[in-house]
Amino acid sequence: MEKFITLTDTAVPLEIENIDTDQIIPARFLKVTDKAGFGDNLFRDWRFDQNGNPNKDFGLNNQKYKGSILVTGDNFGCGSSREHAAWALKAYGFKVIVSSYFADIFKGNALNNGLLPVQVSPGFLKKLFRLIDENPSAEIKTDLENQKIEILSTGESEKFDIDPYKKTCLINGFDDIDYLVSKIDSIKKFEEKNRKNESTPSAFI
Amino acid sequence: MKKTLFDKIWEAHVVDSIPNGPDILYIDKHLIHEVTSPQAFNELKERKIPVLRPDQIVATADHNTPTQNQHLPIKDVLSRNQLKQLSQNCADNNITLYGLGHPNNGIVHVIAPELGITQPGMTIVCGDSHTSTHGAFGTIAFGIGTSQVSQVFASQCLLVEKPKNLRVNVSGKLKKGVLPKDVILYIISKLGTNSGTGYFCEYAGNVFEEMSMEGRMTVCNMSIEMGARGGLIAPDETTFEYVKGKEFAPKGERFNRLKAYWETLKTDQGAKFDQEYFIDAEEIEPMITYGTNPGMGIKITGSIPLNGGKSAEKALKYMGFKAGESLLEKPINYIFIGSCTNSRIEDFRTVAAYIKGKKKAANVNALIVPGSQQVLAQIEAEGLKTIFEEAGFTLRQPGCSACLAMNDDKIPEGEYCVSTSNRNFEGRQGRGARTILASPLTAAATAIAGKLTDFTKHLN
Repeated sequence: MEKFITLTDTAVPLEIENIDTDQIIPARFLKVTDKAGFGDNLFRDWRFDQNGNPNKDFGLNNQKYKGSILVTGDNFGCGSSREHAAWALKAYGFKVIVSSYFADIFKGNALNNGLLPVQVSPGFLKKLFRLIDENPSAEIKTDLENQKIEILSTGESEKFDIDPYKKTCLINGFDDIDYLVSKIDSIKKFEEKNRKNESTPSAFI
Repeated sequence: MKKTLFDKIWEAHVVDSIPNGPDILYIDKHLIHEVTSPQAFNELKERKIPVLRPDQIVATADHNTPTQNQHLPIKDVLSRNQLKQLSQNCADNNITLYGLGHPNNGIVHVIAPELGITQPGMTIVCGDSHTSTHGAFGTIAFGIGTSQVSQVFASQCLLVEKPKNLRVNVSGKLKKGVLPKDVILYIISKLGTNSGTGYFCEYAGNVFEEMSMEGRMTVCNMSIEMGARGGLIAPDETTFEYVKGKEFAPKGERFNRLKAYWETLKTDQGAKFDQEYFIDAEEIEPMITYGTNPGMGIKITGSIPLNGGKSAEKALKYMGFKAGESLLEKPINYIFIGSCTNSRIEDFRTVAAYIKGKKKAANVNALIVPGSQQVLAQIEAEGLKTIFEEAGFTLRQPGCSACLAMNDDKIPEGEYCVSTSNRNFEGRQGRGARTILASPLTAAATAIAGKLTDFTKHLN
């Protein structure tokens, strides 16, 4: 997995709440068997009309906004577990997603793909939307090491939470498979112990 | 230390814990399907890692399958290729696959319970958010992403932070015409779509105790729609009776031994929950949704709330509704009865009982898609097929179908569909389609009337 340490960039605003993974990548694009090409269909039905022409009103199509940070409304990534949503955001070029709330499965999927979900307070989120609206070229710094997100022009910042294990993984570019495979012996011992335990028979014997 | 049902099952499956980090959670059963597994198999192949426990994995084809002419080659090239890939991956890794046409084929969350693969006390995962369905049996069951699918392939384990405990109690007597679907839609409308984020939800109270397994599955299925990772209900005699005798259920002495263990799977009196809600069953009426997330629900006789904010405005614009409006008498041209939420035999018995001797309204296109081959066979054996046909409903072959519209079963742009599925997101049932979530009874009544009505007035 790609490492993530710090990122300073401009941001694209998408001030909509409860964006579900069906909007991020509609189900009809999930028929493939690899991870290629999802960026083209990111937010497909919001970004393009029926004839495939860009929808001018949609934030991602607004030439004013550029950058690898997506600032978005509350409860981002709810709904379907499709990891294709994280692949699509990553393939489009986003590296950081900022919201006041993330749905559980999406958050895990993002972290497993080196896409950093940064959860901020509703107040700081509002501030970010206002900042980007007033100055689309304003730079935002995401510092994973110090768990801090900062508006460079004003110095305003906020700390964010991340699971310490996941943080180590992102900084070093490790993923869970490497870790779990290194634990196979204890996993096999656990299976063995459960097979022998007659008093509370585990479901998997 | 008093423990919740969730704590007990979780703790029994922790292999190890990372200090200040997640637990290594052992997974008893891993269910897979064609859409979220191919990239996980590729990942393993690239890293030259074998599948650790193929005998604990069961595969089915359901999301991306046609519901007509399943014996013929699939026309859509991408769909055909995805199913071919699933067969190949299962064959290469010795994984049991119930492919299209197999008597055990069907929607993953319908077949695992009906085959006895789902049993109390287990941990079950699948690359599908509605895996929460299996919680109806007193299991910890939750949806995972494709990276996690490959983790379970490689280690039969997952690295997960333990969610917090939430309990929703519903007690009292349900009104006539109120189904399990109405109960869960009501809960979500009250608590909101992210009220459960970070939690595992136990459903308790006499309403769930008195519910059939099918009803409990409907409730647990939609736990994810309030953001909860999963939902679960303590196993009881209803559960044990359902599991007993199923194809892969334990038999004889082993069943009795496991049953003695399953009986211990309940929340201790006085155990602490991080969050708890109490709901009076009599408040609940048949529910419909008016917006574009499952939390936007109202009583069928109610009206759309005023002042819903920016999100609600956007949703209402998409739906073509106005704040304050009642949806009674709204003409509806499409009905979908199916999905992992409501495609079990009990759902179709309810529909058949209501529509028997009646005809669908002329404007209505009513689609019935059973959850599995077994359910389809039961529909035929019980004579429900004739009732559906005489009422003008279309009965199809099993699959996820119009719930997510990956196949040809799509609702046309701008049309309303009263659907027994679980999500009313924009475009979920086809680009521009407008979904109104409801129970199978509400869907049946709407099909007969051709519009939303207060059908409870006519119930015996």
